[in-house]
Amino acid sequence: MTKEQLTGAELVIRGLEYLNVSTVFGVPGGAILPAYDPLYDSPIRHILARHEQGAGHMAEGYAQATGELGVVIATSGPGATNLITPLANALMDSTPLLAITGQVASTAIGNDAFQEAYTVGLSMAATKHNYLITDASEIPQVLKEAKFIATTGRPGPVLVDIPKDILNQIAAWVEPGDLDLPGYKPTTEPNPKMVQQASALIKKSKKPILYVGGGIIHSKANNELFELATKFSIPVVTTLMGRGAFPDGHELCLEMPGMHGNYTATTSIQNADLLIAIGVRFDDRVTANPSFFAQNAKVIHADIDPAEIGKVRDAQVPIVGDAKSVIKGLIEALGDEKLETENWVSELKDMKTEFPLSYKQEEKGPLKVPYVLEELQKLTKEEAIVVAGVGQHQMWVSQHWNFTEPNTWLNSGGLGTMGYALPAAIGAKTAYPEKLVLALDGDGCFQMTCQELITASTENIPIKIVVFNNGNHGMVRQWQKIFYNSKFSASELTHDTPDYLKLAESMGAVGLRMMEKSDIEKVFNKMLEINDRPVLVDCVVDPDDMVFPMVPAGGSNDQIIMNEEDLKNL
Amino acid sequence: MSERILSILVEDKPGVLARVSSTISRRGFNINSLSVGPTNIEGRSKMTIVTELDAVEQVKKQLNKLVNVIKIVELDPNMTIETEVLLLKVSINKDSQTSVIEKASLSNATSVDVGQDFAIFELTGSSKDLDKFESLMKPFGIIEMVRGGRIAIQSNL
Repeated sequence: MTKEQLTGAELVIRGLEYLNVSTVFGVPGGAILPAYDPLYDSPIRHILARHEQGAGHMAEGYAQATGELGVVIATSGPGATNLITPLANALMDSTPLLAITGQVASTAIGNDAFQEAYTVGLSMAATKHNYLITDASEIPQVLKEAKFIATTGRPGPVLVDIPKDILNQIAAWVEPGDLDLPGYKPTTEPNPKMVQQASALIKKSKKPILYVGGGIIHSKANNELFELATKFSIPVVTTLMGRGAFPDGHELCLEMPGMHGNYTATTSIQNADLLIAIGVRFDDRVTANPSFFAQNAKVIHADIDPAEIGKVRDAQVPIVGDAKSVIKGLIEALGDEKLETENWVSELKDMKTEFPLSYKQEEKGPLKVPYVLEELQKLTKEEAIVVAGVGQHQMWVSQHWNFTEPNTWLNSGGLGTMGYALPAAIGAKTAYPEKLVLALDGDGCFQMTCQELITASTENIPIKIVVFNNGNHGMVRQWQKIFYNSKFSASELTHDTPDYLKLAESMGAVGLRMMEKSDIEKVFNKMLEINDRPVLVDCVVDPDDMVFPMVPAGGSNDQIIMNEEDLKNL
Repeated sequence: MSERILSILVEDKPGVLARVSSTISRRGFNINSLSVGPTNIEGRSKMTIVTELDAVEQVKKQLNKLVNVIKIVELDPNMTIETEVLLLKVSINKDSQTSVIEKASLSNATSVDVGQDFAIFELTGSSKDLDKFESLMKPFGIIEMVRGGRIAIQSNL
């Protein structure tokens, strides 16, 4: 039987179908045009973004909400360079992403052809791996490899660059075979000896803390984590990327530690005698100055990426492995052990009561983001997928929103990419059309990718966006206030331009506005009622509000600034 | 800081050298010497990298993350056979000719080409031998010099 002959472009689309890709996000252009022809006839849904950065974040949102591969397509040159930010973002936050980019014809590569950029070189440091296809027959196998690399081990972005002549080249469809990746063999099963050593340390500990992050969510290990924490009564801190890995509201949940973490979470680590760190990387936003971080604690560090272990903090017990397997191993090794953590748990419980997160919402005063968030969550009956941008609002959402399920909190943690929220929310809503998806954004962030509101309207993706509009780059303003004598250099945006209601309307969405306390219930209820179009709420908030607690960059986690009063002692 | 020698087995694929070197430079580390060439195994190349890193463990881990990197071995300097090749073009004239050739021959350098007013020598040996030869030739006027980068192999199984 002769094999079916296809163009390279058809092999790409057939390959994506073969890998069970149902949705792709992208923007067409010259070099990638051949691929868009068979895509038109494919059952794969294509969401036409208004900018490649938006398309990339959409694919990230899709991947973060589902835990599965997100796919983005762009053309050569500027299409590919516009993808660099989402690729770098996905690399930092370990999001499984496949980017397919068109390239100028292989005969033109290196000649500074129209829309030529050295995509493989440019994306090398922003991807887990990348490829330049040199023959159409490679396509099915490379796509299978790319998905495997993106979704296994520590997940991450993989880019496949395909010259236009290769997309037009005829080759046979050959079902991809076994993968031959001699240099890529992630360790998922932990070394039992290390697990035994860890359990011995845990048994001796009186003040253990489970310090967990995004690794739990990638590994879908939240149930195992719950069992480990509750069976042995070990308090849990969830990092920014790990919010939702352990349910907020549980008496063992201390929530987020670090620069803007709550007092108890940050201090619990400082006072702990043992850190059981799983799927975390001791990020500087968590540790502040590492020399002052958890000085009394021994460290068990489990991660699927060996390069994270010992990078920032030496571990007494290093464990390379998948979080789920590691936790299962620990539960088994601990058996029926009863830990003496009673005093520790109650000490932390008292601390929570003594040092709660606080804010003051005055009856007639300007709106405060934490208050608005808490009211919004009260009005939201169902479990929402919450997506944030980067800055003050992001920290407030992480602090004040109650997360009880994994994959319900999407944000740009590592890279801190402003403009992430709106497109990522579109991606999440594409994956789960029946779920409530809330983009809780800042005005500075929103303005970076707001054209994607058009994508949401035209593609019928009815997300809800709340723009916390303080007319400023709020976090920049906060730092200028604290560290630069209130010299507000280039941080002001003005809160009335654009007019968000008109902007929403012109982009096919519904615009609503809230200015004061009495608006909140009415406006949010209206927002929640509308499900046939995107809704944008312009929530005008206090520009002078600051996020607390706060540990200045490079400071010690023993010195937490709790409020504006504390700043005077700085 | 003492020298560390990494012997890295990689897949012979386009861009692998760029991936390895950019991984090292991206983390702010310097390379004293780097060489790359084929091995006895089809489709596999070997890189030898010499650095002076305290953070060599972290570099090894980062390099191991590269999909095309198969294996990294840090060579024990006491159990390692190491060599490097050098080509050196030096000026000669009637007065210096004899002295240059004598010094080269005492250094075990081979003359590979001699012209009217220059000579080219090849020398294989330890980096120290090569350094020494360079300083011997310096007074005569080195026109050009190329070194091949250090290669090394473990002297046990």
